[in-house]
Formats: sequence, C-alpha cells, structure tokens
Amino acid sequence: MTVSPAVPKSWYLPSKPHKFCPGCGHGIVLKALGEAIDELDIQDKTIFGCDIGCSLLSWDFFNCDSTQTHHGRTTPVMVGIKRSRPELVTIGYMGDGGGYSIGSQHLLNAAVRNERVTLILVNNTNYGMTGGQMAPTTLPGQKTETTPYGRDPDVTGYPTKGPEFLSALTQDDAYIARATVSNYRQLKRFIKNALCNQIEGNGFSFVEVLSTCPTNWRTNAQQTLHFLEDEMEKYFPVGELKNPLGKGDK
Amino acid sequence: MQSTIGESKKAFMTGNETVTWAALAAGAEVMFGYPITPQNEVMHYWTRLAPKFGREFLQTEDEISAGFTVCGAVQAGKKAFTATAGPGNVLMQEPFGMAEAMRLPLVAVIQQRGGPSSGTVVYSQQEVTLTTYGGNGEGNRIVYSTATHQEIFDYVIKGFNSAWKYRFPTFILGDGYQAKMREPLTIYEPQERGIEMVTPYPLIGKAGHIGADREVQHLCNIYSLEEELYDVVMQHAAEYERIIPELVEYEQKECDDAEIIIVSHGVVSRAADDAVKLLRDQGIKAGYFRPITLRPFPEQQLRDTIAKSGAKKMLVAESAYGQLFRLIRQEIYGETIPIETLLMPGVGIIDYDIMTKVKSIL
Amino acid sequence: MSLIKIALAGEGGQGVQAIAEIMAEAAYNQNMQTIYIPNFGLEQRGGVSIAFLQFSDRRIGAPKFNKADVVIALSERAIGRTAGYSDENTIFMYDNSYPVPEAEFPEKAKKIVGLPAIETANNKLHPRVFNIIIMGAAIGLTKVVSFEAAKEALVHKLAYKFEKDPELRELNFKALQIGKEMAEASLQEGVGVRG
Repeated sequence: MTVSPAVPKSWYLPSKPHKFCPGCGHGIVLKALGEAIDELDIQDKTIFGCDIGCSLLSWDFFNCDSTQTHHGRTTPVMVGIKRSRPELVTIGYMGDGGGYSIGSQHLLNAAVRNERVTLILVNNTNYGMTGGQMAPTTLPGQKTETTPYGRDPDVTGYPTKGPEFLSALTQDDAYIARATVSNYRQLKRFIKNALCNQIEGNGFSFVEVLSTCPTNWRTNAQQTLHFLEDEMEKYFPVGELKNPLGKGDK
Repeated sequence: MQSTIGESKKAFMTGNETVTWAALAAGAEVMFGYPITPQNEVMHYWTRLAPKFGREFLQTEDEISAGFTVCGAVQAGKKAFTATAGPGNVLMQEPFGMAEAMRLPLVAVIQQRGGPSSGTVVYSQQEVTLTTYGGNGEGNRIVYSTATHQEIFDYVIKGFNSAWKYRFPTFILGDGYQAKMREPLTIYEPQERGIEMVTPYPLIGKAGHIGADREVQHLCNIYSLEEELYDVVMQHAAEYERIIPELVEYEQKECDDAEIIIVSHGVVSRAADDAVKLLRDQGIKAGYFRPITLRPFPEQQLRDTIAKSGAKKMLVAESAYGQLFRLIRQEIYGETIPIETLLMPGVGIIDYDIMTKVKSIL
Repeated sequence: MSLIKIALAGEGGQGVQAIAEIMAEAAYNQNMQTIYIPNFGLEQRGGVSIAFLQFSDRRIGAPKFNKADVVIALSERAIGRTAGYSDENTIFMYDNSYPVPEAEFPEKAKKIVGLPAIETANNKLHPRVFNIIIMGAAIGLTKVVSFEAAKEALVHKLAYKFEKDPELRELNFKALQIGKEMAEASLQEGVGVRG
C-alpha cells in the first residue's frame, strides 16, 4: 500500500510535482498558504498574483485563479484587483528583490495607503532565478554572484528589514509579521492571520518569510539549516510586529 | 450604468475635460493616475465628477503603478483607464506591454508633450513611436490620433469599446494643445446615438465553485519554451491582422486629382486641411490624407490614394522629427512617390507653414 | 465673420487667462467657433502669461498662430514676448501707464496703441478691475463679441464674487465700458497712437 502525502485541497495537482529546487523553502511556504486557504475556505474567491523570480514558479501552484505580473509589480496589480472587487481575497507572492528593491515604491505606498491586500514576501537573501546575485536582504559578508568577496555594507548598505519599515509606515489595523520556514506551525499561523486581516476588512497585511536557497548558497542540508536558523534569524528577528486580530503570538 | 450626460448637449470645454466626460459616458468605472502635465486636468475633472456617478479614482505612487493597477482592475472586470504624457508614457510602457501580452482591455489617453526627457510641458507629436510601438517584444495595440474635441469625445467612447471587444490595449493619442485648449463640441450618451457599449467582464474571480461551476483561471505572460511564446505571438498577430479592416480609420480629401498629397495626423491635420483649401484657392492641386488609427495604419488606403491620384509628391507634416514619416515609410514600403517633410519637433504647425513648404517643393 | 486672432499677454496674476476665458465663453454663447489656448509652459506660475484666442463663424484650424490681428501686451516683458506675433496687419496695444523703451516694440504693426489701463483702474475705478478694462478694450478693438454677451459671460464667471459684494458688479461693468470706449476712441482719434 502506498500512502500519498497529504496535500492541501487548494493545490493544483496537474502542476505537481512543483518546479522548485531540492531544499528550496518556497514549497513549504506554499504548503502553509494552501492549508490556510483550505481552512479559511476561500479557494473560490482567492486571486493569487505572483512576481517575477523564483516566486513565478508558483503561478499555477494553486487551484485558485492566478495572474502573473512583472518584476516588482505584483503589488499594484493586486491593488487594482482588490479595489475593483473588494469581496475577493488577493494574495501577492514575491521575492525579496521584487518586494524590497525594484518594487519597493509600490510596497511602501501600498502600506501607507493601507491597501487591503495580503502580501507574502519570501526572503532567501539572493536573486535565485537569475543566478544568485546580491539582494536587498543579502547578509553582510555573504558571498553572491555580484558580491563575490562578500557583501560590504560600506559599499552596498545593510540588509533591508522589511517588516520593521512597514510597521513604521502602517496604522494599527495592519498585520505585519516575519516567519521562517524552520517553524512551519508558526509560519502557517502568520499567513492565516494575514489572510484573516484582509478578510475582516482591516488593513494592509504582510508576511516576510525567511527561506532557504541551497542551490545558490551552495550549501548542503546541514549548512542550509545553519544559515537559516543561526545567521538569518539572528539578523531578521522572527515574530509578529503588528497583529490587530488579537490572536497572535504575543 | 447610470446616465451621465442625459440629453445630448453643446459644450465648450478643454480637451482634458472632454476626456473625462467621454470616459464617464463610456461607463469607465475607475481611473488610476499620476500627475504629469499636460494631462493633469483629466484627473482633476474625474475626481470632481466621478463620485457623483459612483466611479472611483486612485492617485498612485507613479505611472508604473497607475498602469499596473489598471491591468489589475480590468482583469477583475472593471472598465478602467489612465492618462499620461512624456516621461509618464515611458514608464507606462511596462504595464502597456503586460496588457499586450495578456490581451488586457486597458485604455490610456496620451497627451503628448515635448521631448526628449522632460522636454516641454506644452505640446508635441513626439510620442507617436512610443505610443504605437513602445512595448518590448511584439505586442499589438490600437492607437487613435484625434484632431478635435469632438473626436476626443467620440474616440474615447470608441476606444473603450475597441479595447473590450477585441481585447487589445487601446490608446487615445492627443497632445498638449488638444488637452489645454477650449473649443465647442457636442457631448452625448453613446446609447442615444445607437452606440452599444461593450459590457466588461472579469477574466479572474468569476462566480461559482472552481471545478464544479467553472475552470480555474491561470493567466500568464511568461513562457518556458520558445515554441510556446512563438505560438502566442503568432496567434495574437493573426487575430490582430484579421481585425485590421474593422479597425482602420482615415480621412481623405481632394486627393483624386492631387499633384501633392499632404499627410499629417492629430491636431496638425487641422492646419493641413486649411492649407489644402487655401492652396486649391491659389490653383495648386493639393490633397489631404490623415490616418486616424496610427495603429493599425491605413496602409492600403494610403497606397490606393497615391495610385489613384497619380500625385508627384507627398509631404509629411508633423510636430516631430520624423515619427509619422518613419511610420509611413515602413507602411508603404515599395511606393516610389518622393516624400518631402515638414518636421517641426515640439512646435505647432499652422496652414501658412504647410503652404510655404508646398510652394517650395512643387 | 472671418477668422480673428488675438494674443493677450501679461504678468502672472494680471488676470490675462481669466479674461481670455470669459471672452471665449461669450463668443461660444453667441454660437461662434472659438478656440482658447493658454500658454502653459513653465512660466505659468509666474512670468509672462499668454492667451491665444481665435474666433470665427467657420471651423478653426490650428490652435496656435504666427501672427495675430490684435496683440494686447500688459507689461514691458509681455511686449517683448509678443512682439513677434505682430506684423503689418496687427493692431498692437500696450499699457502706456508706464514708460516703455522703444526697443521693446514690434518692428511691424498696423498700429501701435497705448492705453492707460493701470492708471485708469487705479485712479478712476479700482486696481482689481484692471483686467476687465483690458477685456473691454479687446472687445472694442475686435468686436468679436457683443457688449451684452461679454457682460453676461462676466456675470457667469464672477457670480460668486458679485454675490458677496454687489458693488463689484457695477464696478466691473463700468470697467468693461471704459475699456471699450478707450479702445474705440484710440482707433478713431488716434489717441495714444504711435508708429
């Protein structure tokens, strides 16, 4: 007897197995998102928008309506959809380059305007799809294709702390959190909270997820987990920064 | 859709105000915009009028965002539009490209200003190339170049219908003069003129259960394989070429016996029209040809006009350094008629300029 | 009526665009073809402001023109900026309440007419109706709209001000009348005519 692994009902099976590299964290984030969609029973009214980069590989991941956008432009597309059809649940899915670099003006202004969208940003400290260049989130000293001798903050600044700056820009009804793929239950809870915050008609909802990229990090399993849990989580503190729902981790 | 204009009436207003009334009459539900001269008053009038008719507006953080929010809104099934100019038109080419790839019924009004760079805020016809062929790759779009306020009104309404009927992004190409000047026109409800407005519909987020009542929708604009992209580009091109005869529009006057055909578009065609009349009064056989759709271009119609007239020369007059000229050469490749030009980048052209040029080359 | 082209120029704040708009409205209300286009370059927030007006009973072509039938320039800088719109068929009117260096005037004009509008406004009426005197003069020079139509358009434009201060209505009408009479007199009698 074979036992199939349990997959979320909202996953789109023809696109499985998924296309992410072995050891990549995207699959974990998308599983948590799928289970959250199932538990909230919002599959029919979810619009999933994905950015360019590795996040794009998720465009047909769900048995939910989805749309591809351009690099950094998922936020305004989701804003356009949500403002047009407030009854829909809009989820923008992007990487650290799309969110914090090329699309930062959209992210920042959507937060300021308190747009009622949920954005999930996967932070793996590099541009994975294009071959491992420096990202806004690359850690000091970290080697990438465009920082072959390690990121020098004197030259390229320090890593972007997204949830922190978004917290400073938003009002009390925004949901802002940082999760990690090393803590699945918490990750799923944060994503679910971010969706609930939109569904309840509160404000802007944002979850950054610390994730792994062994391909571009050139790490084995043990080193990958070490980098995530000991290096990244030290620089990027995990937790809810804003939770207007009152059912968080606090 | 709620009545906006009621009984058709005469009006005396700026081109930007005309755009707003036309968008309201066409049933536009939301505008996304970012300030740039000379289109600002489209937003000013829209923000004053739209709430009275339950329509919406968002001032976005930049033109890139304005274009992409329009892309999102039309995917969600709303008649949405934007307006821009100059450097804003450059930034919007990114979302316009997405609209080409995904066949989104986006409508944009372009009020051309002078360039390169910030140029002037006043006037030009220097955004022809950008507006007709500004996308990366080879997408398809519809571009109407208006010459009067009446046409601005008529073609904004038509533009929404073309966009939603054919699912190609559609542009109304005006300019700073048309944007800012006041002249009389008649505004009307399209229905009153027997114009049936195409009803918008959502591409995603439709009613019903996925799998039971409807298929899941996965919209895409990026492909893994070159063959996949090839099929899409070829299919879009074929569909576009099929509808060209339905789309193409032009104006032609006094060409049958013309020795010289003056080709111009947009506001310059008003001066060309006057110049042709005045030249004829002076015994010079001039003809007038004006593409209204710059894309698709009335290629066959211009070829036929040249052939029928037996004209010795053609004069292209534009407030640009050769954008219409380049378009024409590409479209009527193979014609042997000598083409002279009156190129005045960023500067208005009057009948006198055209007449003087005609006399100097005949 | 065949095509009449007017260029109105003044310093920002002198109300040039406001009176151009009122005249255009008045002509439109008389069922004339009318085009009004403001210059809206970077100078719109200060500096010289020019309004281009065209009136006709037939369809009007290009919105701008090279030479005007009438130029009205209300400051020394405005004279310099608009001299190029004047040729041998142009009536060039300026405010002669202050001295203007000879070099500023256009090389060609049918007539150059001085009109003491600022002085008249300040001494006889009120500085705020200076531009209405000019509008009266423009109508007097061109007859593009009837006096009654001009008054009507003026009331329409300034109704909210007249409501607050009823005396303004008479003041404006008086300014319009004086401007018109001054212009007509200057044409007939050659008052203030130079060149």
